[in-house]
Amino acid sequence: MMDHQATFQLQPLSCPSCIQKIEKMLVRTHGVHSASVLFHAGKVKVSFDLLQITAAELRKRIEKLGYPVQTVREGAGSA
Amino acid sequence: MIRWIDSKRRSLTGLSGSLILAAFAFHFADLKIWQATMLLTATLIASVPIALHAVQAARMRLPSIELLVTIAIIGAIIIGEYWESAIVTFLFLLGEYLEFRTLSKTRSALKELIESAPLEADVIRDGGIFTVAAEDIRSGERVIVRSGGKVPADGTIVFGRADFAEAALTGESTPVGKTVGDQVLSGTLVDNGYAEMLAEQVGADTLFAKMIERIEEAQEAKSKTAKLLDRFARFYTPATVAFALLVYVWTRELHMAITFLVVACPGALVIGAPASSVAGIGNAAQKGVLIKGGDAMNRLAQADTFVFDKTGTLTLGKPEVTMIETLERIDQNELLRLAATVEIASEHHLGRAIVRAAEKRGIEKGSPPANVHIHKGLGIQAHIEDRQLTIGNRKLMQTELVALSESVLTYAEKREREGHTVVFAAVDGRLAGLFSIADPIRGDAPAALDELKRLGVRKFIMLTGDHRHTAERVAARLGLDEFHAELLPEDKAAFIEKLKAQGRIVAMAGDGINDAPAISAANIGLAMGGGTNTAMETADVVLLADRLESLPRAYSLARATVRNIRQNITLAIVTVAALLIGILAGTIHLAAGMFVHEASVLLVVLNAMRLARYDRKNKDKRPPAHVQWKKTEVDVVKEM
Repeated sequence: MMDHQATFQLQPLSCPSCIQKIEKMLVRTHGVHSASVLFHAGKVKVSFDLLQITAAELRKRIEKLGYPVQTVREGAGSA
Repeated sequence: MIRWIDSKRRSLTGLSGSLILAAFAFHFADLKIWQATMLLTATLIASVPIALHAVQAARMRLPSIELLVTIAIIGAIIIGEYWESAIVTFLFLLGEYLEFRTLSKTRSALKELIESAPLEADVIRDGGIFTVAAEDIRSGERVIVRSGGKVPADGTIVFGRADFAEAALTGESTPVGKTVGDQVLSGTLVDNGYAEMLAEQVGADTLFAKMIERIEEAQEAKSKTAKLLDRFARFYTPATVAFALLVYVWTRELHMAITFLVVACPGALVIGAPASSVAGIGNAAQKGVLIKGGDAMNRLAQADTFVFDKTGTLTLGKPEVTMIETLERIDQNELLRLAATVEIASEHHLGRAIVRAAEKRGIEKGSPPANVHIHKGLGIQAHIEDRQLTIGNRKLMQTELVALSESVLTYAEKREREGHTVVFAAVDGRLAGLFSIADPIRGDAPAALDELKRLGVRKFIMLTGDHRHTAERVAARLGLDEFHAELLPEDKAAFIEKLKAQGRIVAMAGDGINDAPAISAANIGLAMGGGTNTAMETADVVLLADRLESLPRAYSLARATVRNIRQNITLAIVTVAALLIGILAGTIHLAAGMFVHEASVLLVVLNAMRLARYDRKNKDKRPPAHVQWKKTEVDVVKEM
């Protein structure tokens, strides 16, 4: 299992229901191990399997849900 | 297209609002058709972004509040309630906008911090000066810092001198002069001067970046209340759906069922507690205090007993060797050289004092020691240049069977009564000399303790591995209720457990590795920012500014935050309960319900916003009734 991490910076979030929406969507996505939304920082941290999905694909899915991504930072799994 | 609509949200909200006002005018002019047209147009305009989000979520097979509202609107239009549909959509958008505006205020403290992060840097590469983005600096590269600029990486000054203001990191704004060999940290402001530094940590590895990340995570770390609310929300949402269905089956009124669904959304309940802790944590961060989450905030507010480590917490932790006594066999500088070489391996304050003393005298250290063994809370042993060195306190000498003569003990006790810590040094199992080390009390300690007492803390206790006489002097000077000396790290932790068993809520403040067990045993652990990483990682609260005076500030802020959370939860529960009863009684309709619902969300966020500006000086002026300025055992100590 290749553990890979990516942090997506979104525009500021305002509704707490967004957290559940985004997290649920990501966790359901094939290849994603875990996802957490930092509500107040407007960030999404995802740990996923690089063999099954890429950060660019994750970005597309987040944007498709209605949350434009500003920047993406990638790194091998540390935390 | 979708982005365009999202970016036009504000204009759409404004447009639908003015159409509703126009409809209101037509209502009085008795132009029914015009009124209906206006209202329908308003509904349509405002429902575009709502329906859009509903569809986006539905496509991913996720339910959303937008979907509920969209269903409610369609329902309202079908039954001809145009007023209702227009006002509900308008309020939904307006509420979202206002929430966003106010929430960003509660987040402002952290945002300011993030914005003070350095962006660009001038580096010297291949003999030329280049401007690069701060995260593109390579570790080991030479970076130029000028007055007015920001330090772009963590590193050491290798040329020049400058004054640095570390406000972003510690909340302390007075600039500090630094020169060759001094450490500088990313995010600090160069007040004036010119210097060149070697970058060591860059980008996300700098202390500044790590601190921001920790604060971001702290703001998300949920308090027990928040976790409870989360669990509550998990069954609450399906429960309301089921209940709404029940209402429909019972009353056959689709309208009432939908109203029930929309209004029952636990908006204020979900956002109330987190908004307060975010504002509180942000405010604390600006004052140089890192509080790791809402739960830590809660426990800090409840603490009634404060326990302090002595060295590095109540004192400056920069002890100095004031005197070296040697027995005939060895020369003073030679003993200092041996001791300093061994103590290089130690992280202990006293060990560092010995190393510093050697550096000050310009003594070259010997070859690295072998078989280093650190006895926590006792001292250190190592093999060096074919000699066995044992450096530490009395206990270590006893366990290692180093004989201490009557005259040595009398001398040591005399030095200790004068406020020194005495460190014994033995070579090959025989005592070779004594180091007298003194460590001054922090200047802000008395005021900080007084302030905590005024805020209602009942008991102050000091724990130290140091000798009894030294501890006694510090305790007497600061007017502590109790002190316990000559403790091992596990003794400190055991003592904390004992206090907890007595029903006290214990805060433990420390700075060293040896304090870490006690810090984690306490109900709430605090670490000094100048201390070791272990202490800072273990603690729930870090005084980044490394000043004790920020402790009472954090304490009163934590209390204010907990009060604020309670107010918000009460407000939210009362509102939802009143609304649901009103709906079931048939006195509240969708638009009014929506209005009250959105208003309650705004109210809790506004209430939380007060915390972002909370300043200790305006509040808590009167001392709580139970504080008694009683004279304690300290008097007894003074007479000794």
